[in-house]
Amino acid sequence: MAQRQSFQVGTGLFILLGFAALAYLATQTTSLANYRQGPSYDIVARFTNIGQLKLRAPVKVAGVRVGSVDGIVLEPDKLDAKVTLSIDDRYKIPDDSAAAIFTSGLLGDQYIALQPGGSPDNFRNGDEVVLTQSSMQLEELIGKYLVGQGDKPKPDADTPATQ
Amino acid sequence: MSARRPAFLASGLAQVGACGIFLIRILRALPLSLRYLRETVRQIFFVGAMSLTIIMICGLFVGMVLGLQLYHTLSIFGGTAALGTVVALSLYRELGPVVTALLFAGRAGTSITAEIGLMRATDQLDAMEMMAVDPLAYVVAPRFLAGLIAMPLLACVFNALGIFGAHLVGVSWLGLDSGTFWSNMTSSVDVWTDVMNGVWKSAVFGAVCTLIATFQGYTTPPTSEGVAYATTRTVVFSSIATLAIDFVMTAFLM
Repeated sequence: MAQRQSFQVGTGLFILLGFAALAYLATQTTSLANYRQGPSYDIVARFTNIGQLKLRAPVKVAGVRVGSVDGIVLEPDKLDAKVTLSIDDRYKIPDDSAAAIFTSGLLGDQYIALQPGGSPDNFRNGDEVVLTQSSMQLEELIGKYLVGQGDKPKPDADTPATQ
Repeated sequence: MSARRPAFLASGLAQVGACGIFLIRILRALPLSLRYLRETVRQIFFVGAMSLTIIMICGLFVGMVLGLQLYHTLSIFGGTAALGTVVALSLYRELGPVVTALLFAGRAGTSITAEIGLMRATDQLDAMEMMAVDPLAYVVAPRFLAGLIAMPLLACVFNALGIFGAHLVGVSWLGLDSGTFWSNMTSSVDVWTDVMNGVWKSAVFGAVCTLIATFQGYTTPPTSEGVAYATTRTVVFSSIATLAIDFVMTAFLM
């Protein structure tokens, strides 16, 4: 009788340990840990090019995460990208703020930075961000550089580009 | 000599087929085995809880080795900040399920094979049939369920200790910044695609390893030599099957 009891206790402890390990892995070591989703409101921003922006990419104000990207769709009439940003309710953002797509670090993931404006009114659920800046594309930058250099004499092949 | 080769292939195919049929018979006997729930709990204890020692120690060492090896490789590129990410991803998706399955096959699989083989050799299974107790429902199905339930839990314990071992080596010993370690890990590891994929994989491995173990025990020739060969075959076939299915599942789940 005591043996049967100890088997059941042992099994129960083992299953508990297994689930505790799974819970620890899932909550402490994955992106679930910083995904604490409180109540939030949605605003919309349109970009001509979203670059490498992905769903659940962070939305940051002054470098601090305030929300995430909830949806990305192609608008059929204007053929630009309509991005839905889900902002935490704690943060009030003036409704003339600008949204820009930046890259974290040199080769990191892309995120949306909201540069606050000075309006006394704040964004409400469903508002649209009017001022947007699409992500920088490498080819456009090179094109701008080449066009900019068009009037100057063509540099020699061996002179370094940073001249 | 040329006559033996087709016979070997045919017997190999016959074995695989018999194993498949055995699986179907176990699944059919599963509802019956719910009467013997206490036996299933006992088996979870023997198959899962008793394996904890080896799983925990090996998990710790695998994590430590991963931390050490990856640190030295990443430091060539100046990417040691990604140590947490790389260790977590490689553990959760591949090393956790596979190494746990191999250890499980070696420890629990062989004990299941030996136990059922000895039951076969001492005529206990035939005696059960004569008493109208289905040996599949009373002996095999509880062990199958136990393996299926215990393996994911063991894999999670292995992963947790692996992370702890990597943290021990990377942060406490090699001087990596703790905040960098954890924040890079949490930002790139996803619950559904990484942790849960590992859980599904280990559940499948548990089912396969326990199936092979019980099949080898059930169909072993009832001699002591037969039981010895059966336990060896369990480990060999479980290992091969685990690694082959790992590749297939990774391709599926990628």
